[in-house]
Amino acid sequence: MTTAPPKKLSLKERYTLMTRDLAWDTTYQPMSKVYPQVGYEGIKIHDWNRWEDPFRLTMDAYWKYQAEKERKLYAILDAFNQNNGHLTVTDARYINVLKLYLGSTPPLELMAARGFTNMGRQMVGAGPRVACLMQAVDEYRHFQTQIHSVSNYNKYYNGLDEFAHQQSRMWYLSDGKSFFDDAITAGPFEFMVAIGFAFEYVLTNILFVPFISGAAYNGDLAAMTVGFSAQSDEARHMTLGLECIKFLLEQDPDNLPIVQRWIDKWTWRGTRKLGAVGMMMDYMLPKRIMSFKEAWEIYFEQNGSALFNDLARYGIKVPACFSQTVVEKEHVSHQSWIGFYMKSRAMSFHTWVPGPEELDWLSEKYPNTFDRFYRPTLEHWDKMEKQGKRFVNNTQPMNCQCCLNTIKYNEPDDPMSTCFRESVYKGEKFHFCSDHCKAIFDHEPEKYVQAYISSHQALQGNCAPEGVDVTANDFDPARYMNDFWRLDPRATGDFNGSDDQKNFAAWRAQATTN
Amino acid sequence: MSSNTFIAFQKNEDTRCIVEAIVDDNPGAVVVDQPAMVKVDVPGRMVIKRTTVEEKLGREFDLQELQVHLITISGHLDETDDEFCLSWEQ
Amino acid sequence: MSVASIGPYEFESRDSLRHFNGKQLLYVNWEKHRMFSRPFVLALRPETPFSVLLEKYIPEAYAFHPDFPRIDWTQVIWQNSSMRFVPEPGKTLAENGIGHKDLIRFTTPGLDGLNGSGY
Repeated sequence: MTTAPPKKLSLKERYTLMTRDLAWDTTYQPMSKVYPQVGYEGIKIHDWNRWEDPFRLTMDAYWKYQAEKERKLYAILDAFNQNNGHLTVTDARYINVLKLYLGSTPPLELMAARGFTNMGRQMVGAGPRVACLMQAVDEYRHFQTQIHSVSNYNKYYNGLDEFAHQQSRMWYLSDGKSFFDDAITAGPFEFMVAIGFAFEYVLTNILFVPFISGAAYNGDLAAMTVGFSAQSDEARHMTLGLECIKFLLEQDPDNLPIVQRWIDKWTWRGTRKLGAVGMMMDYMLPKRIMSFKEAWEIYFEQNGSALFNDLARYGIKVPACFSQTVVEKEHVSHQSWIGFYMKSRAMSFHTWVPGPEELDWLSEKYPNTFDRFYRPTLEHWDKMEKQGKRFVNNTQPMNCQCCLNTIKYNEPDDPMSTCFRESVYKGEKFHFCSDHCKAIFDHEPEKYVQAYISSHQALQGNCAPEGVDVTANDFDPARYMNDFWRLDPRATGDFNGSDDQKNFAAWRAQATTN
Repeated sequence: MSSNTFIAFQKNEDTRCIVEAIVDDNPGAVVVDQPAMVKVDVPGRMVIKRTTVEEKLGREFDLQELQVHLITISGHLDETDDEFCLSWEQ
Repeated sequence: MSVASIGPYEFESRDSLRHFNGKQLLYVNWEKHRMFSRPFVLALRPETPFSVLLEKYIPEAYAFHPDFPRIDWTQVIWQNSSMRFVPEPGKTLAENGIGHKDLIRFTTPGLDGLNGSGY
């Protein structure tokens, strides 16, 4: 017998032992009954063992590093809160970006957790099962840490407390809800391509990297630490998404057209989801780090091109929407801000006209479009507000049946005209914001005819309290919407004159004087 | 021309050393400083070597510790005990 | 095409006509006046006269715009989706050929928004 200490296992050996070697094929029941969902989408898999996590992360290491991330995160959050960190942000307007971002994202993280929990159950190979389990726990962690981060702000600022109720009801949250509902009700491989690849790999860099760096630039240590802590998991998620694509394409040539359709669909759905992020970067961060257009160029065009050039060897083509997004990067943030500014009475965050220096910054960053199309409107609104006529659009919106955004984007070749597309299915008309949303609908109309469009629900009478005659000729659904949404009136309207504005000024004065 | 691989970290004392190690081991590395984060671009292929990071840090380093500081990556990944490699060259 | 599914997949449209208590949806858009961001939607009975749009809903929605008082209503071009039509104000929506979820677009020649920006 030798007495030498056992050799430390290499990363590869440990990964093999603790993932694949712990799995087994069933014998009492056929594998197809144990994993019933992996066949019906038409994807063909021949050898599940070909899927390996390139991080080679095992559960023991996962817990160790995630625990360290959590300790760091909560130490920073405690310090930020104990030090009245909310008063160190650049300007109280900044808080509104948190209301939108942290009011819309946690429920979506929860949906991602549910989706990846199901993936962990459905994937036949041990490699993807373990990776999906880790991602499910990550997403649950993001859901919790975002709520913990915003809870301190909720003690001081209006409009943060009803995000869970509003998630399934509020008009401007329905695009995100629809995105995840669509993904989670698809089959397991489409979900992986939707969230793992299109969203995590191709698009979340836009959301987390420049935007969270922007939060840091604006003095928000809490959002920065939550965002970066989440993003440290995203690198793993992106890798899972990319491995999934390579695995599907290497397994069988018949998978290519299915995967291509999913990439086309989900790159576009993700692009539409990020319209509001553009507005957050260009309009809502008082100190700006880069324009949405610049972020799009670095993280979508350059990084996406690298990715799609690489995938070309499998026959994958650049998503059909790619060229349209390149044209739209000059417009989407402005069109989003215009859409939100005018509905300030039906939202739980404030909007405003940017100051003169901010308008100049936008002119400089968007030389092809801002002065020509957008600056005149913002300056007109500013003038009207100073005359006591702050613009409010009291009408109810028209929404895209697929992405659920209001129909507000322009014809790709004409920035002055709104883009309308429509289809007829079973004798009923359906409207879309773009060719790409129409194509998604036309492929699976049975799915999208179920869309929850807030304004239509109101007009059907589904948002009025009991006792109201919703069939009456003069039934006015708008009267009941803010109660239906549990909208705090203090959180609505322009930033100028808001409680947040007054309180922040008073508290900061207290913090800097005796 | 090959595409850029990149990696971004939260800015702290550990990642200052990690970035120095990347710059030493990858000719052509471009470091981009941004608020609270640092991004490194390398054309084609980037390698992070455990031994170089250990030299810079002056202590033992497990490449899986990168998990704690990571923000984002671009490229195909291959991680072993000694190297963390991102690449667009297959 | 149809949905790939593990069982029968049949659902009614959430916004089919029968859900609107005898009314139908109508979308309205003023072309090249995108300050209003997107069209607005109404639920109206098909026997509603078209004139109600001209006298009530359109002015309520769009009067804020400096171009609005300058509209020459005799010159306005009307479309139902992409099809040009000439509405008869005294007749009903149904008689004007307007059905559930139709989109009425109107263009005001010579008026293209603030500084001709389309907004």
